[in-house]
Amino acid sequence: MDRRLDRDRPAIGTRRLTLALAALPVAFLGYLFVYPVGRVLWLALAGEPGTAFARVLADPRMRGSAWFTLWQAGLSTALTLLAAFPLTWAVARYRFWGRRLVRALVTVPFVLPTVVVGTAFVALGLDGSLAAILAAHVFYNMAVVVRTVGGLWSRLDPDLVDSARALGASPWRAFRTVTLPLLRPAIAAASSIVFLFTFTSFGVVLILGNLRWRTIEVEIYHQAITFLRLPAAGALAVLQMVGVTAILVLYSRYQERRAVRMRLVAEHQTLRRPTGVRLKAAVAAAVLGTTAAVMIPLGGLLAASFANSGAGWRFLTQPGPLATRPVEAIGNSLAFAAVATLMAVVVGTLSALVVSRGSGLVSRWFDVVLMLPLGTSAVTIGFGFLVALDRPVDLRATWILVPLAHALVAVPFVVRAAAPILRSVRPEVREAATMLGASPRRVFAEIDLPIVARAVAVGAGFAAAISLGEFGATSFIVRPNTITIPTLIFRLLSRPGSVSFAAAMAMAVLLAVLTAALIMAVDRVRAGEVGSF
Amino acid sequence: MRKLGLLIAVGMVAAACGQPADVAVPAETTAAETTTPAPPETGPTTEATTATTEPVPDKLVIISHDSFASGVTEETFAAFTAETGIEVEVLPAGDAGSMVNQAILTKDNPVADVLFGVDDTFLSRALDAGIFVPYTSPLLDVVPDDLERDPERRVTPIDFGDVCLNYDVAAFAELGVDPPSGLDDLIDPTYEGMLAVENPATSSPGLAFLLATIGRYGDPGWRDYWEALVANGVRVESDWDSVYYGAFTRYGGDRPIVVSYASSPPAEVIFSDPRPDTAPTGVVTDGCYRQIEFAGILQGTESPEAAGKLIDFMLSKEFQEGIPLTWFVFPANETAELPAEFVEFTVIPDAPVTLDPADIEANREAWIDAWTGIVLP
Repeated sequence: MDRRLDRDRPAIGTRRLTLALAALPVAFLGYLFVYPVGRVLWLALAGEPGTAFARVLADPRMRGSAWFTLWQAGLSTALTLLAAFPLTWAVARYRFWGRRLVRALVTVPFVLPTVVVGTAFVALGLDGSLAAILAAHVFYNMAVVVRTVGGLWSRLDPDLVDSARALGASPWRAFRTVTLPLLRPAIAAASSIVFLFTFTSFGVVLILGNLRWRTIEVEIYHQAITFLRLPAAGALAVLQMVGVTAILVLYSRYQERRAVRMRLVAEHQTLRRPTGVRLKAAVAAAVLGTTAAVMIPLGGLLAASFANSGAGWRFLTQPGPLATRPVEAIGNSLAFAAVATLMAVVVGTLSALVVSRGSGLVSRWFDVVLMLPLGTSAVTIGFGFLVALDRPVDLRATWILVPLAHALVAVPFVVRAAAPILRSVRPEVREAATMLGASPRRVFAEIDLPIVARAVAVGAGFAAAISLGEFGATSFIVRPNTITIPTLIFRLLSRPGSVSFAAAMAMAVLLAVLTAALIMAVDRVRAGEVGSF
Repeated sequence: MRKLGLLIAVGMVAAACGQPADVAVPAETTAAETTTPAPPETGPTTEATTATTEPVPDKLVIISHDSFASGVTEETFAAFTAETGIEVEVLPAGDAGSMVNQAILTKDNPVADVLFGVDDTFLSRALDAGIFVPYTSPLLDVVPDDLERDPERRVTPIDFGDVCLNYDVAAFAELGVDPPSGLDDLIDPTYEGMLAVENPATSSPGLAFLLATIGRYGDPGWRDYWEALVANGVRVESDWDSVYYGAFTRYGGDRPIVVSYASSPPAEVIFSDPRPDTAPTGVVTDGCYRQIEFAGILQGTESPEAAGKLIDFMLSKEFQEGIPLTWFVFPANETAELPAEFVEFTVIPDAPVTLDPADIEANREAWIDAWTGIVLP
């Protein structure tokens, strides 16, 4: 396998460029992930590491949690792929009214605070069951598949399928033998993200699983926060990372084996209008079905926000008994999202270039380490920041730590969205340019960069969404007392009173609308850059 | 109502802080109000007050849980800043457990000067880790003795809140049943399928309620009580939000009795639009558990003396009278007057359950495990 890829290995000049590109991502990951996590794990396990591991492994409850973590993540990923397939197909292949809106809407669940979704599930009496956990995982992660797989699918050269059809293949056969193999890198990329997300699922499992179902992440929280048993928490965190690394290595080997070079074309050249009653009906069913699955819960929030004769919305304009103006929270959220997205895009783009250009061991491990923050427990990262980021500058309680934490989680999304597309660039294009006398720098600027710009927009949308939704480690870091939309929702929902509840729901609706608008804006940027790959 | 982080206009604090002169010498003001003169045991304080070499810092940092931080506005410490020239910054650090653990992890290089918000359930852990410097506030004589938990005075009680059963007044009127009068009623078939509680492993009020039953029925007597609760159909949710906004009949759930706080009924009145004349929920005063919140000066601060002044300020009548409407807990300073809503719509239980923090720390895990075995087998 490697031998075949050796052909694509960059020449000396490009290798130097690759190294230069890798510098910033390596520094970013080293300082914000490897060092803090390494330090906190060292602290936790320095005493008697053997004992901690032995005790954790011998505990049947822990073993049960580990097994549950693994199979629910696999099942959640499979269900998410299945559930997202119809919409992915529709938005990747067809042009229809509201297409961009639908693609933005499906991202909305991504930012809804777990406490909002959890409370809605509880109010419906759905908590405590495995089905509720799986349903919530699908609800949250569908966007990953729609956007990542759809991003590649809408760029596949339609001639390929057309030729197969002309040669007499049925639509299904053409899909199975032509489209699906070409989509595999994106499907694998999306699956790896969904798998990691659900593998380390915390809020959903805590609220809906009600401790009947526990992931390793939930166990780490209990050991670290409830009992302050750092050795046990550290041992669990290491086990979790080992599991995640194993999955990622498998993934990266698969990705290399399956990498297919192909011609990609611009989206506007591939989209068609659905023709014929059956096709129209199928597209409509796919779009409306998925939209309903997202909109019905949102509609519930909207209805709840109007309870108490609209008091929830009045809160937005006249604070009444509340000191905080929601405007302030919105401003802060947008500012954090802008900074986090910028950082994630810069680091993620450079990383994706390195991963897709390089090959062999170094690049493979680089890819794995890039993904690890997504598969590492939030408690571990949060505590790691605390014990490690006081030198050389004390970053621990500064505002920059918040977008940095968001960016750390968002980088894998940018990489996963961009790398499959970059990998698909046929080397002949670069070779041709080189033969025509272009320097490596010029090849990069003229060929890789324009492709990257579009691919990265998909990841940027996620980065913004991750930051708006306050994902990951932020609840376990000491941070400045800055109010954002999710923290405002949390605050409103943590006290009694019908106005509090209605206002929390109104803020959740606002967050949803804001996210959809932001994603649409990002998509517009992408669509605006026409031209073929 | 520790979990109730909120952003009420701290107008009360602002208004009360109009005379910074009072803040400067809180000992005198309070000494005048109480009949006892300044207590002789201010000895330990001199450690801080005689260390006159300490330069006045520009800023003091309080690490706290999200709920406290969320109630802090520019006005909260304005009077303190006006008086001393010291700015006060509050850093949120997650829930109370997360905050305590973060303070322990940063013991060698603390991120703050003062920690506020450790309650009796996590107090032992914090004390054992040696993160605090002892400090005896001259204002402690206006704090009831039964709120103190550390004889070495490494922490100072600032407020307390009672975790109590709440019931939905309208739901019971409709049922034509009297609301329960105490813990014993909950295992009576009359109240079958009516109760929702929080999981003590994941929720602070949930743990408080479990501790209330342990304090009341003893160990292992509480286990039989919980088995009876299970037989009577108790519903368990992971946290307060899920119980209150998910399971409670007042918000569309199916349970008219929930574990919440003694301050929830006044909050229900204040946060309704229009404001009702009577509280829509009631408090069962039997079987309440008292959570006391403490402040402590963190070991390693460069400004222990200024930090002591900040704790004095937090105990001053001015600051304390703003506490109920901001954080929905009760002031530790007995001379602080309660807002009308807190007098009219709730009661402070006279015999709340409390346990020794050391007992809680020693048994927390075993109790939670046993509870899980009984309730979520």
